[in-house]
Amino acid sequence: MLRLPDFDYYAPSTAEEAVRVAADHGPDAAYVAGGTDLYPNMKRRQQTPAVVVGLSRISALREITGEASSGLRIGAGVTLTRLAEDERVRAAYPSVAYAASTISTPLLRNMGTIGGNLLLDTRCNYYDQTYEWRKSIDFCMKRDGEICWVAPSSPKCWAVNSSDEAPLMVALDAKLRFVSPEGEREIPARELYGADGINYLTKRPDELLLDVCLPPANGWRAAYVKLRRRASFDFPVLGVAARVKTAADGTVEEATVVLGAVHPSPRIIEEAGAVLVGRKLTDEAIREAGEIAQHLARPLDNTDFLPHWRKQVVATHVGRALAGLR
Amino acid sequence: MSAPVPLTHITRARNGRPAKRRAQFTVNGEPVDVLFAPHKTLLEVLREDLNLTGTKHGCELGECGACAVLVDGEPVLACLVLGLDAEGRDVTTVEGMADGPALHPIQEAFAQYGAAQCGYCTPSFMLTAQVLLEKNPSPSRDEIREALSSSICRCTGYVKIYEAVELAAARMRGEEADILEEAIYGR
Ligand SMILES: Cc1cc2nc3c(=O)[nH]c(=O)nc-3n(C[C@H](O)[C@H](O)[C@H](O)COP(=O)(O)OP(=O)(O)OC[C@H]3O[C@@H](n4cnc5c(N)ncnc54)[C@H](O)[C@@H]3O)c2cc1C
Ligand code: SF4
Ligand code: FES
Ligand code: FES
Repeated sequence: MLRLPDFDYYAPSTAEEAVRVAADHGPDAAYVAGGTDLYPNMKRRQQTPAVVVGLSRISALREITGEASSGLRIGAGVTLTRLAEDERVRAAYPSVAYAASTISTPLLRNMGTIGGNLLLDTRCNYYDQTYEWRKSIDFCMKRDGEICWVAPSSPKCWAVNSSDEAPLMVALDAKLRFVSPEGEREIPARELYGADGINYLTKRPDELLLDVCLPPANGWRAAYVKLRRRASFDFPVLGVAARVKTAADGTVEEATVVLGAVHPSPRIIEEAGAVLVGRKLTDEAIREAGEIAQHLARPLDNTDFLPHWRKQVVATHVGRALAGLR
Repeated sequence: MSAPVPLTHITRARNGRPAKRRAQFTVNGEPVDVLFAPHKTLLEVLREDLNLTGTKHGCELGECGACAVLVDGEPVLACLVLGLDAEGRDVTTVEGMADGPALHPIQEAFAQYGAAQCGYCTPSFMLTAQVLLEKNPSPSRDEIREALSSSICRCTGYVKIYEAVELAAARMRGEEADILEEAIYGR
């Protein structure tokens, strides 16, 4: 059996208690929501917090509040199943509901939360392995070892952000509300993700995510396209989130193209958005944006599929996302 | 340090060994009161502490579905739920499907169709099918495929599983339905 390591478990019923326990234990503590990312990682000894603070008894984290016209607030503990099925989300933010519906399997979505999804550990073929497997290659820089097996001369880790919702939240410019003993603060999704696979979040470990605030749902449209090997279970090997704001005649006023599952953080491809502004979403404009994104994508050999193939399909998938917004 | 807070669960490692913790919940309608190491998953508690081995352990990482159980009626992966988080909940395993000696119509249909070969995946398919049919008594083949897409079967090729669910659904709707002639070996 692949068993969890020992840890102290706390299951408080309010966010205040959760934050207090986590702050008391500093970096030794980890929050757990659905556990679908943390527990597999703990079983493989990639993450070994001495204290685990369960969030499932905090009902305040499970609320969806507000109106689409002024922006919807999604509690961090809302499950992916609920996010995919909620009428308000489906009506005003169909791309968010769709992305949730593509995550793993129905049972995992009954457990996994939006908060856990946005704060997912980064992934790599040399890291998401059992302790014995990792030991046999003398580990790697991200945990217990010295070098990066993907880029041996690299000073940094290239593990990939494989969240399906993160690229969308970046494209939508969603804001995340965190709480810690120092009080509340808001971090825009665009500033949440770090530049390398080890320091993949800019938040402190004791900061608890309360909710995600989606922007008012008028005047723009967004789409998400996911590439993976199997239509169930699998993480994305490429995720494209696109958001456009168009004038009445279809001329693009603003466009954001974000690539997920390619780099250590979801990456805005500024040049791909810029090339669309002032034009209509013609086949020509879409092809140009796709080619720019493909040129700037840098997949490495640390996920499913070959990296050069993953690069070659970027333009097609950016094209599919944008064509859906015509 | 802040003042002590009242917490639902507190554990302390003692001499490097975790103290056992107590949880009370119901399994298949019966109340259970069980002591176990706090880091045990619900899957481990069911199999090792309650001797309910119908729930299978496969990957133990969320990648195969073999460990599916219902918690408060909703299917989840028992390998990624802490036993302690079952506190106060209502857990249903495959052992809870039959009514005494009478098989559940889904079990009956699985047996007739040969939808179980090695049987390792079978509890998870039957439990998730049960939840599907409670919500949607007449699912299409695609709806069945989607609802059952959390479980992997290495033996059957899935077709017999889908046919068995369709047969059970028809019987549960009160229709006179039987196994397809061509599915019976040797005819
Ligand atoms: C087989 C399998 C397939 C998967 N496929 C996909 C996929 O296709 N796409 C995808 O995006 N993901 C996938 N996942 C990853 C994961 O299951 C989901 O992203 C899920 O949404 C994680 O949510 P959770 O609540 O279970 O996270 P948890 O495991 O509970 O937490 C994940 C991380 O977030 C932190 N955290 C959680 N909630 C909070 C909070 N409120 N405040 C502060 N920190 C918090 C935890 O400390 C932990 O570090 C897959 C996982 C598995 C096992
Ligand atoms: S990218 Fe390199 S350092 Fe990071 S997890 Fe993979 S092998 Fe380890
Ligand atoms: S044993 Fe739980 S999903 Fe495989
Ligand atoms: S019957 Fe053997 S795995 Fe499904």
